[in-house]
Amino acid sequence: MKHFDVVVIGGGHAGTEAALAASRMGAQTALVTLSTETIGVMSCNPAIGGLGKGHLVREIDALDGVMGRVADAAGIQFRLLNRKKGPAVQGPRAQADRKLYREAMQGEINSAENLDVIIGEAVDLMMDEGRVVGLLLADGSEVKARTVILTTGTFLRGVIHIGDVAKSGGRMGEKPSIKMAERLDEFGLPLGRLKTGTPPRLDGRTINWSILEMQPGDDDPTLFSFLSKKVTAPQISCGITHTNEQTHEIIQKNLNRSAMYGGHIEGVGPRYCPSIEDKVVRFADKTSHQIFLEPEGADDYTVYPNGISTSLPIDVQVDYVNSIVGLESAKILQPGYAIEYDYIDPRALKPTLELRDILGLFLAGQINGTTGYEEAAAQGLVAGLNAARQAKQGDPIYFERRHSYIGVMIDDLTTRGVSEPYRMFTSRAEFRLSLRADNADQRLTDWGRDIGCVGDDRWSSFSKKRDGIEKIRKEMASITFSARQIAGLGVKLSPDGPKRTALDALSLNDFDFDSIETLLGHTPMGTPDIQQQVKNDALYAHYIARQAKDIAALERDEKHVLPVDLNYAKIVGLSNELVQKLQRVQPKDVAQAGRIDGMTPAGLMLIVAWLKRQKLAKTGS
Amino acid sequence: MDTIFALATAQGRAGVAVIRISGEQSDVAARRLMDSVPPARGVRRLFDLDGVHLDESLILNFPSGRSFTGEPVIELHLHGSLAVVAAVLRVLGDDPDLRMAEAGEFTRRAMENGKLDLAQVEGLADLIDAETEGQRRQALRVLDGALGLLAEDWRRKLLRAAALIEATIDFADEDVPFDVAPEVIELVQSVGTSLRAEAAGVIFAERLRNGFEVAILGSPNVGKSTLLNRLAGREAAITSEIAGTTRDVIEVKMDLDGLPVTLLDTAGLRETNDVVESIGIERAISRARSADLRVVLREIGKESPIELESGDIIVDAKADLNGGVGVSGATGQGVDDLIAQITDILRSRVGTIGVAMRERHRIAMLQAIDYLDSVQVALENGGFMEDLVAEDIRSAGRSIDSLLGRIDVEDILGEIFSSFCIGK
Repeated sequence: MKHFDVVVIGGGHAGTEAALAASRMGAQTALVTLSTETIGVMSCNPAIGGLGKGHLVREIDALDGVMGRVADAAGIQFRLLNRKKGPAVQGPRAQADRKLYREAMQGEINSAENLDVIIGEAVDLMMDEGRVVGLLLADGSEVKARTVILTTGTFLRGVIHIGDVAKSGGRMGEKPSIKMAERLDEFGLPLGRLKTGTPPRLDGRTINWSILEMQPGDDDPTLFSFLSKKVTAPQISCGITHTNEQTHEIIQKNLNRSAMYGGHIEGVGPRYCPSIEDKVVRFADKTSHQIFLEPEGADDYTVYPNGISTSLPIDVQVDYVNSIVGLESAKILQPGYAIEYDYIDPRALKPTLELRDILGLFLAGQINGTTGYEEAAAQGLVAGLNAARQAKQGDPIYFERRHSYIGVMIDDLTTRGVSEPYRMFTSRAEFRLSLRADNADQRLTDWGRDIGCVGDDRWSSFSKKRDGIEKIRKEMASITFSARQIAGLGVKLSPDGPKRTALDALSLNDFDFDSIETLLGHTPMGTPDIQQQVKNDALYAHYIARQAKDIAALERDEKHVLPVDLNYAKIVGLSNELVQKLQRVQPKDVAQAGRIDGMTPAGLMLIVAWLKRQKLAKTGS
Repeated sequence: MDTIFALATAQGRAGVAVIRISGEQSDVAARRLMDSVPPARGVRRLFDLDGVHLDESLILNFPSGRSFTGEPVIELHLHGSLAVVAAVLRVLGDDPDLRMAEAGEFTRRAMENGKLDLAQVEGLADLIDAETEGQRRQALRVLDGALGLLAEDWRRKLLRAAALIEATIDFADEDVPFDVAPEVIELVQSVGTSLRAEAAGVIFAERLRNGFEVAILGSPNVGKSTLLNRLAGREAAITSEIAGTTRDVIEVKMDLDGLPVTLLDTAGLRETNDVVESIGIERAISRARSADLRVVLREIGKESPIELESGDIIVDAKADLNGGVGVSGATGQGVDDLIAQITDILRSRVGTIGVAMRERHRIAMLQAIDYLDSVQVALENGGFMEDLVAEDIRSAGRSIDSLLGRIDVEDILGEIFSSFCIGK
């Protein structure tokens, strides 16, 4: 029997990224899935990226993960959101062809080294003295593993609601993993219940596209991967329509038949992704809501109407869909539904996504209370890297808030927990101005190479870009312009001010490489993407310098690493309330401890003092 | 590491207040106040930036490695007057390279630099807790009342401004209002104006400049004016045997044991048909209500003629005629006790921590004003970058965190989700 370093259960977005990350680290890895067909399936809307989410995809890509490349291969409409706003808050987004996405992801899995795919249902974990040592499949066979990553999404006690009809299930048509849930129950992990919903899927051939407003993609598509050069799939447009007063009346009249409003659902839903019932009730004064009609593929007539997720009975869904302009005779291919599921309180996890109480067992994705493909994939990456590290007896790999959105998410989850399905927003990142989608590679690829998850191809392409940036930056710092020259281009600047270097001048909003070209009379060096990077860095230089003090304070606190399983009750002077919170979160360092709700300066000092004493005791003084 | 400063003595009762400056920039910081810093110790005259003489003070200069924190430290031993402490803190606070120390920060630095016996730390933690608690209470007290309402308003408006900008950033492809600039400008402008008024000292500094108000109240002819004259050491109010002699509020500024105090002599409280006198009584009551402290002169065996607040003082009037119980303006009997009682109460309410708190507030407000100004300039000029505007609003919010409690990203998201229908 084969003995794996890392076994990943589940082939969704968290599972695939986890398995591929572990395999890049050189770990003998297995991916356990119910069928190869479900690997890389998009169960909700067929889109990748967006604000905050696009940042996550770029970061995954910078660490040589696959989501960006796969989305580029499957992308049928690319739009850079916030194109007119600052580069820090621009997020790449793409509609993906469901089939192309699945195929590209399966291609990545099949061609990966050290990665086996095992078809089967994982029904139980094998344990040895509080440590996971493998898993048991439904057919009775055993798979031995040093570490296991569980990425079972909404399968934990999933219940699907359509109107007053409820049945247990994961995604539509798949069975929930009850046995695994019972096993997790035995561990006594803290659980919570969440819900989410989907809209009815429509038959695109029955939509009257000719009367609808259409939204095409960008003329110059922004791709996800730093390695991708161009769009490969044929491009499409999305349709836009709106609900109307009649739609709202139908929903209003049938509210009591909705699973949510009929009292069948106890889980907490996301505030940013309300069902159409919610919208009609909570924003009663709005007479219309926008709907995006998103084709699920170039040769697939299924359409995802984004904006009308629901748990109303099927007949009501038909009625309200047909009340919408362009959808008068639209056929529903699959009804919308709400799904309730258990999640595990992520405060039970270390920042490596390993469960604190069960050695070798990692959790990633929706099971941790998040929502979204990108959030799931990013966690998969973190769990995959760390499981591989642990299997090879290496040190844990930590993602910090000031380096990545991934770090922001992991810290939010493990320090503060969740109260609704957790989704990334750019506003969650306090260092948003430095954590940009455009510089994800500059922030992370170098580090990833040290970790061992960045392959040679990416490394050489990254090194070339980095050197190019360095060279331009040096050159721009050596050229100076007078304020009069700069102001002469129409830039808002006093012409009597001091002269400045070209690099300094780039920090001015309306001064760019074209301006430099005009002033120099010749083309400055560097490719457009390198120039863009230098310009973006300059644009935020002033603000980033302002944050330097905050970062210094953080770094000081991160140096005080707290031991695993520290018994905070032993630290004299800490209040009971703080002891309890610290025990639950088990922060990895004093910086994380400081972010715990209700932490006091005095409490932090007691912890630092305790640490110092331990160190002194060890050195024997 | 930042250079930090703070008032290191908790209460000014001993008459000396120590301000400690710690960090690489200590020397530069101290030179804002004096011509030269003594190499080890010495007496120096302190001036503010306009050259106004503040105090003559003992300066201790500890080199790096031989100070409380382990960093270069300069201690200013000031005469413990509220006004002097406030003025010195202000000079230091106006230096952008310095900042007010957080609770426990000196101690934490001392510990990190190996300057503290670890056994001391637990005891010190209690002290810090007390200090934090003291600051919290102080903040609560300051925020209780008119300023509290204002502060709530700032918080609400900044939260709203942040949510508006963040909504256009994070939910760009959703149904959110397109042009939020006009509302954000309005919000930021209104918070800025209000902050400016406060920072200029309408509430905080006024107390230090004009002192605390202590109202003397009582029925007619119990000797309020006589007491005032005794306290003031001069004939500030007209006294006579005729009840109702004092009709308007008479103010006397004086120094009570180092505290700037304005004594208010008021019309005697009684039912009257005299129009002028009844206006005087109304005024007496309203001034008394807004005063920091009320001293009620009571005729033996009678109730107080006005509702009292906790901490107010009641004394029996005309001690010279009552066999020595209470206070007498005429003979001076009991007056020293009364002064001690008044200053005790005022000190306990607004001790030197209070001054430091106020200075901290002022600095925070000035910073917030800076950030809000830059938001306003950006929005009014157009072509602004939303992410930079959001960053400035955030920074402004953080600056007044100490005043208002934390504005968390969850609060901002909450505001967005309750205001806009998010979710395609």
